[in-house]
Amino acid sequence: MSLDYIISVVKPMLQGAQMTVLLFFIAIIVSIPLGFLLTLAAKSSFKPLAWLAQTYIYVVRGTPLLLQLLIICFGLPMLPVVGPYLVFDRFVAACIGFIINYAAYFAEIFRGGLLGIDKGQYEAAQVLGLNKWQTMTRIILPQMFRIALPAVANESVTLIKDTALLYAVAVPELLHYAQAAVNRDFTIMPFFLAALIYLIMTVIMSLIFQQLEKRLRFE
Amino acid sequence: MAFIKITNLKKSYKKLDVLKKISFAVEKNDVLAIIGPSGSGKSTLLRSLVRLEDVDGGSMLIDGGYLVKDGMYSKPADLKNITSKMGMVFQHFNLFPNLTVKENLELAPKLVKKESRKQIAAKSTELLEKVNLLPWSNSYPANLSGGQKQRVAIARALMMDPEILLFDEPTSALDPELTQEVLQVMKQLANERMTMIVVTHEMGFARDVANRVMFLDNGAFVEAGTPEEIFDHPKNERTKAFIAGYGQ
Repeated sequence: MSLDYIISVVKPMLQGAQMTVLLFFIAIIVSIPLGFLLTLAAKSSFKPLAWLAQTYIYVVRGTPLLLQLLIICFGLPMLPVVGPYLVFDRFVAACIGFIINYAAYFAEIFRGGLLGIDKGQYEAAQVLGLNKWQTMTRIILPQMFRIALPAVANESVTLIKDTALLYAVAVPELLHYAQAAVNRDFTIMPFFLAALIYLIMTVIMSLIFQQLEKRLRFE
Repeated sequence: MAFIKITNLKKSYKKLDVLKKISFAVEKNDVLAIIGPSGSGKSTLLRSLVRLEDVDGGSMLIDGGYLVKDGMYSKPADLKNITSKMGMVFQHFNLFPNLTVKENLELAPKLVKKESRKQIAAKSTELLEKVNLLPWSNSYPANLSGGQKQRVAIARALMMDPEILLFDEPTSALDPELTQEVLQVMKQLANERMTMIVVTHEMGFARDVANRVMFLDNGAFVEAGTPEEIFDHPKNERTKAFIAGYGQ
């Protein structure tokens, strides 16, 4: 197995990995705030909103991501009347699917974070005269994020690996090029190389979160 | 006129009456100790003063303004104005763990009060010096002992210049040796004529520092008086039994 061969295989895979990274950033940047809004909605005292948000979270978490992606990419355009307006570029469709899915998971993670905050924190803030917004932004959110951080890190690593599902909706990414090389050259090597690239990405992600956790230790 | 006047205060959780028509008054510069068995309604009474609990009946008149009158709460703006005259120190400190000691002190004044940053910084330095914690300004609460945390909590409450300070079992979560350093600070505040209401199980503190002691049992007022009257010559049988239980 020559170095030249490895380079020739890895090159397109790295190009595909750009898709992976792009999808990762789009999904994470949109789904974290969206997830937090869902958490607030699910806890809202306005019952229809809370019910809607809870149902959303249940449905999305209770069905496979792959199925959701297939529905968005191939199912929606088949709908009567509105179908023709729901044809998206595959990558855009995949982004929508990942955002919808991950927002629900992040909502659950943040709900857990909120539960971890002692009610004495709200009481102290109230007696000191802070209003609801000040209490939320200065006291509750920073603590909630700190509590949720390990779970967010875990979810982010999962997201990197889940990007491989792009393969199923025919967006050329890392795995796509690895599979193509395997089929063409009858060697398992490209799969191992792909595994290595995923591993490097997830390790980097874990290290970044480790640093973040250290910084936000409040000690 | 009394600084705080409570009349016929009532509160129930479903069928359980936790406060049964309690009336009392607190004058400026009073240190009132509220004692009584667990579940007697002491904390509920204290917490209702700053509206951490809502009451179902009676009146609370504070510094000339009604917080609640015959069971009806005042307008939100008035409520805010009245409760802002009171500071509170909690059993479990309730410091903000995401903020340093100094930030814990300065957050509320910065957000709520219209004082300059310079004034606020000067005041936090002064108060941290007062509770002997100036070297800990930039530490996070997680690195402090329980006694230190409670002293920070007292300083934080004082930052808002309260007219009266409420203490809800301030030493109940502390080891005996840490209790003293907190009681010392409270004693100092009493000497400076701070008006205080202290819910406590520290009978020594109630006897030495309070000028008035009130005994509650089962949600009801039993008796009140000077520390000598309550500890040395209690009139009521329940008070006698309670005091005897503490080996006084």
